Amino acid sequence: MDLNTFFSAVVAGVGLGSMYGLTALGFFVTYSVSGTVNFAQGSTLMLGAVLSFTLGVKFGWPMWVAAPIALAVCAAWSALVEAIGVRPFARRGSESWLLATVALGLILENVVLFTFGKDPRGMPATFLTNTGFELAGLRVTLLQVAIPLVGFGIAFALNAFVTKSAAGKAMLAVAQNRDAARLMGINVALVVTGAFALSGIFAGVAGMLIAPLYTVSAGMGTLFGIKAYAAAILGGLGNPWGVMLAGVLLGTAESVITAGFGSSWTQILSFALVIVALALRPQGLFGHATVKKV
Amino acid sequence: MSSKPRLLLLAAGLAFACGAIAQDIKIGLVAALTGASAQSGEAITRGLAIAIDELNAKGGIMGRKVTLVRRDDESSPPKGLAAARELISNEKVAALFGGIDSPVSLAIIPVVNKEKMPFIGVWAAATNITKNGANPNYVFRVSAQDDLVDIKLVRYAMQTYGVKKPGLVLINNPWGESNEKGLKVAAEAAKIAIAGIEKIEPNDVDMTAQLTRLRNAGADALILVANAAPGAQMMKARERMGWKVPVVSHWGISGGRFDELVGPTAGDAHFVQTYSFFGNLNDAGKRVFTAMQTKYGIKTPADVLAPVGTANAYDAMHLVARAIEKARSTDGEAIRKAMYEIDDYAGLIKTYRKPFAPNDHEGLGPDDYIMVKFEGGKIVPVGK
Repeated sequence: MDLNTFFSAVVAGVGLGSMYGLTALGFFVTYSVSGTVNFAQGSTLMLGAVLSFTLGVKFGWPMWVAAPIALAVCAAWSALVEAIGVRPFARRGSESWLLATVALGLILENVVLFTFGKDPRGMPATFLTNTGFELAGLRVTLLQVAIPLVGFGIAFALNAFVTKSAAGKAMLAVAQNRDAARLMGINVALVVTGAFALSGIFAGVAGMLIAPLYTVSAGMGTLFGIKAYAAAILGGLGNPWGVMLAGVLLGTAESVITAGFGSSWTQILSFALVIVALALRPQGLFGHATVKKV
Repeated sequence: MSSKPRLLLLAAGLAFACGAIAQDIKIGLVAALTGASAQSGEAITRGLAIAIDELNAKGGIMGRKVTLVRRDDESSPPKGLAAARELISNEKVAALFGGIDSPVSLAIIPVVNKEKMPFIGVWAAATNITKNGANPNYVFRVSAQDDLVDIKLVRYAMQTYGVKKPGLVLINNPWGESNEKGLKVAAEAAKIAIAGIEKIEPNDVDMTAQLTRLRNAGADALILVANAAPGAQMMKARERMGWKVPVVSHWGISGGRFDELVGPTAGDAHFVQTYSFFGNLNDAGKRVFTAMQTKYGIKTPADVLAPVGTANAYDAMHLVARAIEKARSTDGEAIRKAMYEIDDYAGLIKTYRKPFAPNDHEGLGPDDYIMVKFEGGKIVPVGK
């Protein structure tokens, strides 16, 4: 593989990986607050893309109206998943939220299949996809630059939020000790709902950003959800930066493998790499081993 | 009137009705009538129905009325197989037509060969539908065939763009594999080299990696075999790279909203069809288009959904009618032999002259295929 091929694969991979990372931030947020994750995250990504297509393209609303509405629905959907798919089980100490969230994701997928249709749809080109520039003999579009910028921007904002703001500190407090947080007057249920809603927004943003590069369809989120979870585990669920970086690493690895060996090898080798990495560092690449305090 | 004569009358009427039905020649169709490929089944139905209307207006076949019996295979091989069995043993059809899905046709073929039932494929392109190894072989086709399409694609790329080293972009499934073989053979026959073969997955988001490999290998054109969505992903990657390489494609991309998915560069992909209602139509073309206007409310050629299904089915129905007339029988074996005896037929796609032979069950060949592209939401020809 020559340098040009490698470089072009890296550009494509960073864009794709940022989407994994952004979706994985949703896993990070809910896991750090409640110890649970939302496996309907992939379907939320799809919901973001489908809604922005329906409102923005089919109904012809301006994107600055369509996008916030789509994100609000993504947030509401994730909060709903928490209320009916996670809380009832987590309260009883059951792990059944695992299956419940998967099931809710499948239900959403099928509802969209019925209402949106089976045909994949395409986002029309905008200045983001049309405008490009040459970088070391390689053509890069604005969207390809925007995607990692938004991804890392959100990771940065999230990091600032949890370390600086009161609400963020409340989240961390809930993460550290639920009962103590409750005694301190923090509304634990509300914080958990908020965390899920936030995770829904991240997935929705990822869905909207990826839509112009990909096709919009009911099934588009499934593989993203799985890969984002792989990125979350790989990153170690310890801090937003690690999760985001792990997503980018996974995406880049996939793209470089495709460029080097062809796409028949992409899934085999990239997931093998994930397993090797976790075998060597069970706490994740950027996580630290936690000591369970009794 | 007492009830007895009335009953008698009813019985007589019933007997008459049954007699009339027994006289009809039934033509069976097993195709996707619902689901994602429903348009294809509708297009085939239209072609068959218009041909059958024409036949019946002239007194039917051998003086017997022709009727169409349709069954939905829902694109599922087991359902198609069950429907074919039912049409053969219960409806006693004289000939059976197939739909868009190669796997469904491949599932039906052993049964039609065993039951001596003439089967005419009017869409599905898999090479081994007609080349199924059976002797005698009851399977004929009036459509494109993968191996022949591959020859056409290579030839078109060379003649139109002076291509010497095309790169192949193939969907990673049995259809892609079958065309990989066909394209290699076609390239070898044309004495050109293949720059590289890249597989794409239906879920691939970014195909720049595959295309970069082909570009570095010196590909001067891309030959694409994929359905609309992955095909569109390839076109978008090509556009992002700013690589203005010619794209020549199998007809898979015509099955969805390819032009919407790709955007402005959709027209850069030239792909194979057997027929287009645009341009100067021959007599059959004018006749069929007028029939579609009155029967289905079509206004312009652009309104014709899936023109290949209608055109192939129309010509195939007339060819079968001629074979039955020649055989003077609806016996499957007699029809099969008569298919080889069909003389000239001035059809929609071309004038057929002895279209079938015992070693050639393809009604159409690479010279009959046309190349088309998307333009403003329509499929328009780009010339032979």
